[in-house]
Amino acid sequence: MTALEFGRGYAGRMSAPGPGYPAPNPSPAPPVPALALRGLAKRFGDKIAVNGISLDVPAGSFYGVVGPNGAGKTTTLSMATGLLRPDFGTAFIHGVDVWEHPLEAKKLMGILPDGVRLFDRLSGEQLVSYAGLLRGMDRAVVQSRVQDLLAALDLGKDAGTLVVDYSAGMRKKIALASALIHAPRLLVLDEPFESVDPVSAANIRGILEQYVASGGTVIVSSHVMDLVQRMCDHVAVVAAGRVLAAGTVDEVRAGASLEDRFVALVGGGTRTGGLEWLRTF
Amino acid sequence: MVAHLLSLKWRLLLNGFRRSPWQIVGIAVGALYAAGVVLSCVVGLVALRWADPLTAQTVVVLGGALVMTGWAVVPLVASAADLTLDPSRFTTSAIPMRDLLPGLALAGLLGLPGIATLLASLATVATWSRGFPAAAGALLGAVLGVLSCVVASKLVTTAVASLLASRRFKDISSIVFVVPLVLAGPIVTAVVQGVRDSRDYLPGLAEAVSWTPLGAAWSLGGELDAGNPAGAAAKLLVALGSLAALCGAWYLLLKRAMVTPPYGGGGSRKAGKAGLFALFPATPAGAVAARSLTYWIRDPRYAGSLVIVPLMPVLLYFAGGQSGNHDVLLTVAPLTAFLLAWSISADVSYDNTAFALHLATGVRGRDDRLGRALACLVFALPLVLLFAAGSIALTGRWEWLPNILGSSLGALFTGLGLASVVSARWTSAVPVPGESPFKKPPGNVTQTLLVQFAGMSAMGVLLLPEIAMVAAQAATGSTVFGWIGLAAGTVLGLALFVAGIRLGGRWLDVRGPEMFALLANNR
Repeated sequence: MTALEFGRGYAGRMSAPGPGYPAPNPSPAPPVPALALRGLAKRFGDKIAVNGISLDVPAGSFYGVVGPNGAGKTTTLSMATGLLRPDFGTAFIHGVDVWEHPLEAKKLMGILPDGVRLFDRLSGEQLVSYAGLLRGMDRAVVQSRVQDLLAALDLGKDAGTLVVDYSAGMRKKIALASALIHAPRLLVLDEPFESVDPVSAANIRGILEQYVASGGTVIVSSHVMDLVQRMCDHVAVVAAGRVLAAGTVDEVRAGASLEDRFVALVGGGTRTGGLEWLRTF
Repeated sequence: MVAHLLSLKWRLLLNGFRRSPWQIVGIAVGALYAAGVVLSCVVGLVALRWADPLTAQTVVVLGGALVMTGWAVVPLVASAADLTLDPSRFTTSAIPMRDLLPGLALAGLLGLPGIATLLASLATVATWSRGFPAAAGALLGAVLGVLSCVVASKLVTTAVASLLASRRFKDISSIVFVVPLVLAGPIVTAVVQGVRDSRDYLPGLAEAVSWTPLGAAWSLGGELDAGNPAGAAAKLLVALGSLAALCGAWYLLLKRAMVTPPYGGGGSRKAGKAGLFALFPATPAGAVAARSLTYWIRDPRYAGSLVIVPLMPVLLYFAGGQSGNHDVLLTVAPLTAFLLAWSISADVSYDNTAFALHLATGVRGRDDRLGRALACLVFALPLVLLFAAGSIALTGRWEWLPNILGSSLGALFTGLGLASVVSARWTSAVPVPGESPFKKPPGNVTQTLLVQFAGMSAMGVLLLPEIAMVAAQAATGSTVFGWIGLAAGTVLGLALFVAGIRLGGRWLDVRGPEMFALLANNR
């Protein structure tokens, strides 16, 4: 695998959080978290999707967000990344308020939203270049990084194929490449391993771990507890729009496996009776 | 099972209303329109009760044949084709064929076109209420005819749907089908002319058509009224046979569709081709322009609107052809400019949720707007200039050149500016990327029409200076107004272009997430 250089140079200038919001971390000593959510809430009609989520994601952590279907993971991450305007609360990326200074905040992060389309009439390399050029990057830098990324994600031989003809897993990978092109300080990945084959998943994991090792921060949402337990150092359990537990993986699982702890926290799931007819064939 | 399919279709229709009030408006306007058409058909058919039998038979048979042709052809050319009960969605449900077939057919009747056709067909019973056998024959004919219409339409949709499996076919077909649709005007004119010249042949034509699957069912009432039971029996056989044949063909196609999952393949291309991205400057606006222009070429939803452009002069030539005066051709450049400029007014809707990339990268609204407008301008400007010069050269009206140039440039730049504002604020329900271009959410037409109507009214107001100069020159014949028009079109157009990009850009900056939420609804 090609070693990826994630230079810190392109991250853009930072600015102080806007007035009117409490600074994410008022005490003098602790470092500014890579992502700080403050009272995020969102309602869709009668349904409260996210009900006041506050969370600190330390810089340099590999952070997992787990939760059952419909827990509000995607809604929370959309609000944290500037895709969905929250009803209440806000998010800070390295101290920059996403909703006060969206352009500065967006320079600091790369995002992989779940369930959105891509500009799929572009070829793979065109799509990744497009993402870079939209961010105002230099053409030569974009070109060399696109080659590196496609090679690292094992998409080299499909670089010229239109994205519309890609498989689901290849689309995830090309979208990930688009999120990485500007060497962000924070990566927010919504379900990055969905429909990705095991070889590619290992490949992506390697890239992400290397990225964290060089000082970047990664947030992934996932259903796969096992993966989160092995891969992440921090985890937050989200259900019904609230954070049930958050901290280092060892703190949250408290000796049990993450999966058992998750089921205990979220509740239900132990009842396996009631399907006797399934054994009658 | 048939009842289940019917209630599913009904539920889909109702849930469609619940998604947006606009769809109710759309259906209401559609229903009003259909009611008007049906009412006039019914009144006409009832009035035919007192006409002489030959005329009545001719009208009923030829009208019925036209309607049936419409049912068969419309799914090919119109976006109105109803794929809500797309057979391929039932692949996993293991529904027996003999339940699925009548269920889908009857569900096809549920909907405005189905109900309208049914009502109009039943009115033929009134036409032939000149005796019991004739009325009974007309009723049987109406039922058979409507069923044949629905099954023929289903057959065509299913056949096309399985053809549509390949992306390339999908891309090409959607564009090719636009051509006859655009040329419908001249074609209809020619046909009407032909009919007018050969009015005496019509009864003969009806008699011939009544022996074909298209007209047999509709002729039963007339045959029985004329006291010709043998002929009626023979035509009943033709009608029944063709309905059976349609059902059989549909059955076979459906069976194939159920076991052949949609497949979209495509060749792989060589890497290392930046394509249009190499031609535009490496700035955000340049990238947006390169991407948009790539879509104009590769995405059939865009390319479809380009097909109209070369046909514009043909259409206007035909329009002038009736009178032999081709001055109408002079409008080709301003009209084309307007059409092309306005075509980007739904640009963000075409992106669908892929717009998330623009939002995530934090590209400024101004760059987004400018890029999209530039992509259109790249081909629209030379084309419009070419049309302006060409139309002047063809008509020899050189004194109009400055005025035509002025109004064309004015329409192009004003239109681009206005479209940049409109697409930054309003979405319209357009076919989603990669889906069959036939698949459109119901109610879409009216909602789009409302935005279009408001936009075009605004456009009319903004273009008043140019229009006034054209009118002034037409009234006085003085070319001075032409030169004023050229100046006004260029200066005012450019100013409105810049203003539109700025205003649209600011709106997009402020309301980007809201825009994205609207797009996510249209998924």
